[in-house]
Amino acid sequence: MHPILILVSQRIALGLLLLFAASVLIFAGTMILPGDVAQSILGQSATPEALANLRAELGLNEPPVTRYFNWLFGAMQGDLGVALTNGQDIADALGRRLGNTLFLAFWAAVIAVPLAIFLGLLAVRYRNRWPDKLISGVTLASISIPEFLIGYLLVYFVAVKLGWFSSVAMINDSMSLGDKLSAIALPVAVLVLVVLAHMMRMTRAAILNVMQSAYIETAELKGLSGFNVIFRHAFPNAISPIVNVVMLNLAYLVVGVVVVEVVFVYPGMGQFLVDHVSKRDVPVVQACGLVFAAVYIGLNMVADIVAILSNPRLRHPK
Amino acid sequence: MAGKIDQNQLDYLKVRAGMGRISRREFIGRMGALGVSAAMAGTFYAQAVHAAGPVKGGTMRMGVSGGESTNSLDPALAASPVPYNVLNQFGETLVNVDETGGLEMRLAESVEASADAKTWMFKIRSGVEFHNGKPLTAEDVMRTMERHSNEDSKSGALGIMRGITSMKVEGDMFIVGLDTANADLPFLLGDYHLMIQPDGGFDNPAAGIGTGPYMVEADEPGVRHLFKRNPNYWDSNLAHVDEVEILAINDTTARMGALQSGQVHIVNRVDPKVAALLDRAPGLSVKSVAGPGHYVFIMHCDTEPFLNNDLRLALKYAIDREDMVDKILRGYGSVGNDMPVNAAYPLFDESIEQRAYDPEKAAEHYAKSGHDGSPIILRVSDVAFPGAVEAAQLFEQTAKAAGIPLELKREPGDGYWSEVWNVQPFSASYWGGRPVQDQMYSTAYLSTADWNDTRFKRDDFDALLLQARGELDEEKRKALYSQMGTMIRDEGGLICPMFNDFVEGVSDKVQGWVADPTGELMSGTASHRCWLTA
Repeated sequence: MHPILILVSQRIALGLLLLFAASVLIFAGTMILPGDVAQSILGQSATPEALANLRAELGLNEPPVTRYFNWLFGAMQGDLGVALTNGQDIADALGRRLGNTLFLAFWAAVIAVPLAIFLGLLAVRYRNRWPDKLISGVTLASISIPEFLIGYLLVYFVAVKLGWFSSVAMINDSMSLGDKLSAIALPVAVLVLVVLAHMMRMTRAAILNVMQSAYIETAELKGLSGFNVIFRHAFPNAISPIVNVVMLNLAYLVVGVVVVEVVFVYPGMGQFLVDHVSKRDVPVVQACGLVFAAVYIGLNMVADIVAILSNPRLRHPK
Repeated sequence: MAGKIDQNQLDYLKVRAGMGRISRREFIGRMGALGVSAAMAGTFYAQAVHAAGPVKGGTMRMGVSGGESTNSLDPALAASPVPYNVLNQFGETLVNVDETGGLEMRLAESVEASADAKTWMFKIRSGVEFHNGKPLTAEDVMRTMERHSNEDSKSGALGIMRGITSMKVEGDMFIVGLDTANADLPFLLGDYHLMIQPDGGFDNPAAGIGTGPYMVEADEPGVRHLFKRNPNYWDSNLAHVDEVEILAINDTTARMGALQSGQVHIVNRVDPKVAALLDRAPGLSVKSVAGPGHYVFIMHCDTEPFLNNDLRLALKYAIDREDMVDKILRGYGSVGNDMPVNAAYPLFDESIEQRAYDPEKAAEHYAKSGHDGSPIILRVSDVAFPGAVEAAQLFEQTAKAAGIPLELKREPGDGYWSEVWNVQPFSASYWGGRPVQDQMYSTAYLSTADWNDTRFKRDDFDALLLQARGELDEEKRKALYSQMGTMIRDEGGLICPMFNDFVEGVSDKVQGWVADPTGELMSGTASHRCWLTA
């Protein structure tokens, strides 16, 4: 078997083990939290009988270990079950929210990744001159401002004062792609500003590292233009750290944007998870946790594989 | 000046406005050209539009705080503002409490009581259809009440169904028998959990099928709920817009932004801190109405050191109510008087003396209580009520001035209602209020009440409550309620510094808004009673 296939299958097996460990941790975490599902659903105005009836119906009187294994066997057969709180099918509700999250992450990534790499290359080309300083200054400023503040500023100026885009980024199936894109314009702008700096700085640093090598000097000596040297000769050799940081930011776009979702009322996974954590709806929290963990593990695996493929020494081991 | 204004032009513009042909902005501009001030023109516009009667059509959008992905359409499980408003779109109760505190007949055509107020007969409206086409019967009403009161019930209305001992149906009559007389029973059955469902909702409680003016079109919990007008709705005076969309917008800034940018017409829970600023923004206004909801600090009367009434009185005198209404509610509320009722309730006695901040009296009672001077722990969290932590800090300061060692302990919001409220002896909380005094007192001050969060257990109080409940003479009832209120004020464990207003933001496109103190967003009926203009 090809060594890369062996590596990938090893990684997948390890990933599954990690997912299992994550699910145990999530379950234990929700058990430690004070309060329980029944009280959280019925709120301050619940009578003791109503609480007892609801607990019995939700199966909360079973020991936690039994509940965990019941859930695990269901999940292994592809049945995520129904939400304790409102009886909705978890796979169905989660699927819709995950779709929205991926939609937002996709458009943010489509803009942010090429832009960050391009700006990184540009910064190297004009290093320590004004374009480099301007790019670094602006991107570092945008990553330093809390994302909710950028969000509120955009809402105030672009949505309320200018009226260009909507302040509520609520999308649903009956909207056309154009409507959806217009609705998510502001959250996409915020996310791009937030992830840009990290990727751009890493691109700049990785390429500058390679720029010290002898072959770059050779390329310059044979008369190639500055940008060509960077793009054709330096960039391919710096790709591995860049892909790593790009994947890290993509994972962030999927799992870490709850604040942006709240500010723009976007129906994504983050708010969905927070709502269910605060109601102690363990099956849903488990399912969300698994999806998030899988996204992280999957993207990291992609980063590793790209790093290997981009390096001939790793591609053809002796 | 008035003589110079061209009356013909003025009338013409009013008619145009009434027909919805010109916008408010244009109207005010053209009125200005005729020499009418903007404020006056605004009034004219509202009058003209109102006089012309409701305009049909359009989609009314509401940005409502308090919706979660975990919400269900099951009326029994509703506890937060979005489900409350959602239920009011598709469901209906037997009766409503109207904005004057009176009874309004909905699915019941009439209500009659036996002379001893122990048997109540509801005549069920004929010719009403559920959204699935099934006609409404008294049987459906009884099954609904059963689902909320039977042994397996997990309904939020279980508490108010307790006094019911028998239910039966005779033709189109639904008859309820009680263990003790209760002159307020119809008010209790107006509770929003008790939306009538086909066969009581036993088959599928979360089906979202009712008799209400709007039918569920899309249900995305925690995101949005879309409703279409019910073409077979029985009451032609209501439901003017074609569609109602309720968006769950929990973030206050986002909600205000949505109103200002015109994406929603109505928002609930305007933060008092920004209400005055928001009111100055163009195209909208902030409406506030005094309601029965109140913010409280509650002491357990059966736990040291609160066993001692002098200590309780000391704390009651040590709180500056006026200051809290100013600083916490920014004037959008009124001072409380250490009892759970105010003028928003029918039969309230306004002659009971208002308690004021009096550090000397507080110190006097504190000395008399013989307290050892160890810190008195007040538990508080942001979720107790908006501004609870700040209010507690004000309380700490004013108590200190009276020599009372109050110490705050901040608790996490998560789990506050199960771990702190009604468990710890001294904590901050809120009450949403109830339509009638009897229900408020029975819910939280009767010795046997589950939510007796002040552990106020007094046989003489219970006796007064039962006596008032069966008393059909209003003057006598009022006197009894006054006696009960005074008792809680002087001997109870409740410190009630303030009653909060409902503060809501409404676009100028919305017409027909009335101040309704019984609940948020015109008691959940804003979309039924208001209409949209250009």
